[in-house]
Amino acid sequence: MSINPVSATTLSAYTVQSSVEREPSALGDAWEMVIGLEVHVELDTVTKMFSPARNEFGAVPNTNIHPVCLGLPGTLPVVNAKAVELSIKLGLALNCTVQRCVFARKNYFYPDMPKDYQISQYDQPLNAEGWLELPSGHRVGIERAHMEEDTGKSTHVGTSGRIHDAGYSLVDYNRAGVPLLEIVSRPDVRGPEEAKAFVEELRSIIVAVGASDGKMEEGSLRVDANVSVRPAGSDELRTRCEIKNVNSLRSLGRAIAYEAQRHVSLYESGEAPRQETRHWDEEGGRTVAGRAKEDSDDYRYFADPDLVVVDPSPQYIEELRASLPVLPRERRLRLIERGADSEAAAIAVGRDLDTLALAANDAGGDMGRIMTHVQNNLAVDGAASLDPAKFADLVTLEVGGALTATQAKQVLADMVDTGRAPADIAAEKGFEAMESGELEAVLDAIIAASPAEWARFVEADAAGRGKLQGFFVGQVMKATKGQADGKVVNQLLGQKAAAKR
Amino acid sequence: MTVRGDTALELGAAIASGGTTSVAAVTEYLAAIDAREADIHAFNLVHAERALESAAMVDRRLAAGEKLGPLAGVPIALKDNMCTRGIPTTCSSKILKGWEPPYDATVVERLTAAGVVSVGKTNLDEFAMGSSTENSAFGPTRNPHDLSRVPGGSSGGSAAVVAAGFAPLALGSDTGGSIRQPAALCGVVGLKPTYGSVSRYGLIAFASSLDQIGPFSNDVADSAALFDLIAGHDPRDSTSIPKPHVPCLPAIGRGVEGMRVGLIKELMGDGEIEGFQPEVIAQTKAAAAALEAAGAIIEEVSVPSVVYGLSAYYLIAPAEASSNLARYDGVRYGQRVEGPSTAAMHTASRTAGFGPEVKRRIMLGTYALSAGYYDAVYGKAMRVRTLIIDDFARAYEKVDLLLSPTSPCVAFPIGDVADPLTMYLNDVCTIPSNLAGHPAISVPFGTGEADLPVGVQLLGPLLSEPTMFAAAAVLEAAAPSTKSAEVRA
Amino acid sequence: MLAIPEDELATYTEQLAAILEHANDVEALDIDDVEPTHHPYPLANVFRDDVVEAFDGRAEVLANAPAEEGGMFRVPPALGEEP
Repeated sequence: MSINPVSATTLSAYTVQSSVEREPSALGDAWEMVIGLEVHVELDTVTKMFSPARNEFGAVPNTNIHPVCLGLPGTLPVVNAKAVELSIKLGLALNCTVQRCVFARKNYFYPDMPKDYQISQYDQPLNAEGWLELPSGHRVGIERAHMEEDTGKSTHVGTSGRIHDAGYSLVDYNRAGVPLLEIVSRPDVRGPEEAKAFVEELRSIIVAVGASDGKMEEGSLRVDANVSVRPAGSDELRTRCEIKNVNSLRSLGRAIAYEAQRHVSLYESGEAPRQETRHWDEEGGRTVAGRAKEDSDDYRYFADPDLVVVDPSPQYIEELRASLPVLPRERRLRLIERGADSEAAAIAVGRDLDTLALAANDAGGDMGRIMTHVQNNLAVDGAASLDPAKFADLVTLEVGGALTATQAKQVLADMVDTGRAPADIAAEKGFEAMESGELEAVLDAIIAASPAEWARFVEADAAGRGKLQGFFVGQVMKATKGQADGKVVNQLLGQKAAAKR
Repeated sequence: MTVRGDTALELGAAIASGGTTSVAAVTEYLAAIDAREADIHAFNLVHAERALESAAMVDRRLAAGEKLGPLAGVPIALKDNMCTRGIPTTCSSKILKGWEPPYDATVVERLTAAGVVSVGKTNLDEFAMGSSTENSAFGPTRNPHDLSRVPGGSSGGSAAVVAAGFAPLALGSDTGGSIRQPAALCGVVGLKPTYGSVSRYGLIAFASSLDQIGPFSNDVADSAALFDLIAGHDPRDSTSIPKPHVPCLPAIGRGVEGMRVGLIKELMGDGEIEGFQPEVIAQTKAAAAALEAAGAIIEEVSVPSVVYGLSAYYLIAPAEASSNLARYDGVRYGQRVEGPSTAAMHTASRTAGFGPEVKRRIMLGTYALSAGYYDAVYGKAMRVRTLIIDDFARAYEKVDLLLSPTSPCVAFPIGDVADPLTMYLNDVCTIPSNLAGHPAISVPFGTGEADLPVGVQLLGPLLSEPTMFAAAAVLEAAAPSTKSAEVRA
Repeated sequence: MLAIPEDELATYTEQLAAILEHANDVEALDIDDVEPTHHPYPLANVFRDDVVEAFDGRAEVLANAPAEEGGMFRVPPALGEEP
């Protein structure tokens, strides 16, 4: 990637917190949502967190196993260096402080957890106090991002397939011990769309640093949402419910909207939600109460005596920081710095077309036109491999009036397919910008054919002309088969109307 | 010719030189086991056929010219909390009945590589929780010196094996004295090495920050040789010391000329800690005198915080144990008692599978770690460890080694100590070394009440084993004669 | 979890109380300013390389299972979800 470095001062100049547009409350004016997200990321390592068994999705049950991740008596954990490296990289990408940390045992019984405790981190996590900036510019605080191990998987076997009927379960430990980074946000998210934007942004960061493939459908990225509501404008934190089993972005949005509304309904009928874990029921479109929290909240955390502290040296941290790729936020800011608006910038980065846009701009192309094409005309395969200089040439032809917008779009599509120069394609297609005299003749004929519309156009003020302007431009385009330049038509219309008055 | 009068090193030398064979040695020891094991019950399992096969293999390797080290072909017994692939490993608990580990502990791998031949798995207090080997689900082990008495514990089976002459070597594990106290009560040598010097991989955990594997033998030099074999860095154990092991065998014979040795004031029976038998104190003083006669400088040294050792230990060890023993849930291995749900199966399996001492410690440990008590209980105990380490550090500014009794008393009658707390007091001299991670060795030194063996303990700072072995050899040479040889015959 | 039968409960309670009473001397110490010792031999940053170590004991592992089906561990139904 050949992108000019952007200085920190330039970047911060574009981070304007106060002017950020926030998602309007879906709960009306009286209430607002308070949402915190907990995201588990399965790290893309060859082996597990503490065991030399393979970390691989979809293998035959109980084949990716080893005495260590089966928690067999006498076995001991040893930390996977790669998992620490990826965890630090992700922490740095989330602007966290990377610190000396301790592994702790979280004690609870569940059959898919081989040791009946999970090795996690408690009061001393690896990464603390960071933030993630959404494309809107809103910053969500990151409380911590700590390392832990995944559990195995239980499959219920029974007549109805539901968890509460008789029957039995089968346990597969292939996933047991897979390295996870648990990222815990501050309750800074205010709505379902913002929550989805958070997860999307997080996913793009995760993929960018190579920490994980970020696939929600394979469980590489698992999101739980802590949802509460409060009277709009207050700063209290009310009882929250943790929503689990959210397997897609769409479900996340739906689950949060449902849960927040449920809280509002409870408060408005004089009741209150109770703190609990709830499960998203995708089919029913609702959350259902899970385990009540009070009975097993004491995990008896204590420092795992089988493991020693991880204390990354400042040099190692800086080495990893230097190895980070350019992150999505910075990529957006580079576009914005050249004059792109934030929405277009987000789309460009989302489509991986920011490098192209910057290079085309460097080659002399107009940034506004470049971004318009990126946004509207380049959601196609192969767009990223466009030659930036040719792309810039196209934009220059268009800005100079040699091609209309419609013509440019067609030429661009051809360029993506064939890689040829825009002038050659335009010539082959017979695209030439119309002489303005010729265009004026066409426009006069249309005005003559539509006297009523023309009279109203002339009488109307600027605000009232919008629709009629569209009518006349459309007629011209139709008559010229799209070869007219819309801008020139608009100018001519204005001149003629002014002359008439 | 008989090999059972030889030390392990002598036997190893004889096998290496072709004077005898491993098969002959193992056969002779198996015969000794056959003769008296029914009385002593030192073993949970004797795998005679496998031992003979291994011995034959060692003989072939030696015949082929392979260099296997000084203990090749020598029989050994393993405490039944060390994993042996394909051989039942029970921790003397019903909950692990029938479990055959699919892997070998690191120490087992090292023994096998060096041609040391395992003859069986020895009895212990269930999950190493006890000081008498009475807490075994498979019945107590008896002290070869007096069958009505305990061998000590928790490595009572391994101590009894060596004392009874069932094998010249054994491995035990020591969490609060579980090698040294039974060594003292059975009149043999036992070393608790520096924490991290012997890999814990494959040792079924009791209390992870305290557990350490170590050797038993009749002879100090044999323990040094066995320790040299099993010690050294293991990448499978994160707490393993990443330094080359300094061999201890060469230290035997260095003597104690000019060495400074401190008698621990608080463990001489006239202070806050009570219950020491006068004969035990007398032998400890005699041991000090013997070192002095050999050129050491003896002084009394105070290590004040050792008085808190017992309390801290009985909070820390159960806390770690409560978590380490959570995995015995009936899902993957061991005993299962069926139930209508996983939770019911889990509770039923554990309730039926664990004995009373294990249950007591799980309850104690669960309490020590619980949310409202962590700081006042577990957290506090971890700070006491620091106090003890600091006190030892001050002592070692003045002296090279410390000396104390190993156990306050000689072997007591089976069934005599019913109260758990009284039983815990047996470990008062040994626990401080585990809390500090320091090495300590018990050496037989004369007899006490009822003509039973007394052991004295040498303690040293981290990685001071060579110095300790030098002094232990001096004590061994100076020790009053006992009937140990007779007991082994 | 453990289930303690009614008739044993009193004994356990008494024994545990005695042990905890003995531990009162530690609980009474004013040592909040003393750092706890988690490891007697302090080490940091002990890692292994991200390399698979083959394990050939799958059959043994499954043979040890109290109940096995299709290469998986069979257990009674889980009533309630994972915490």
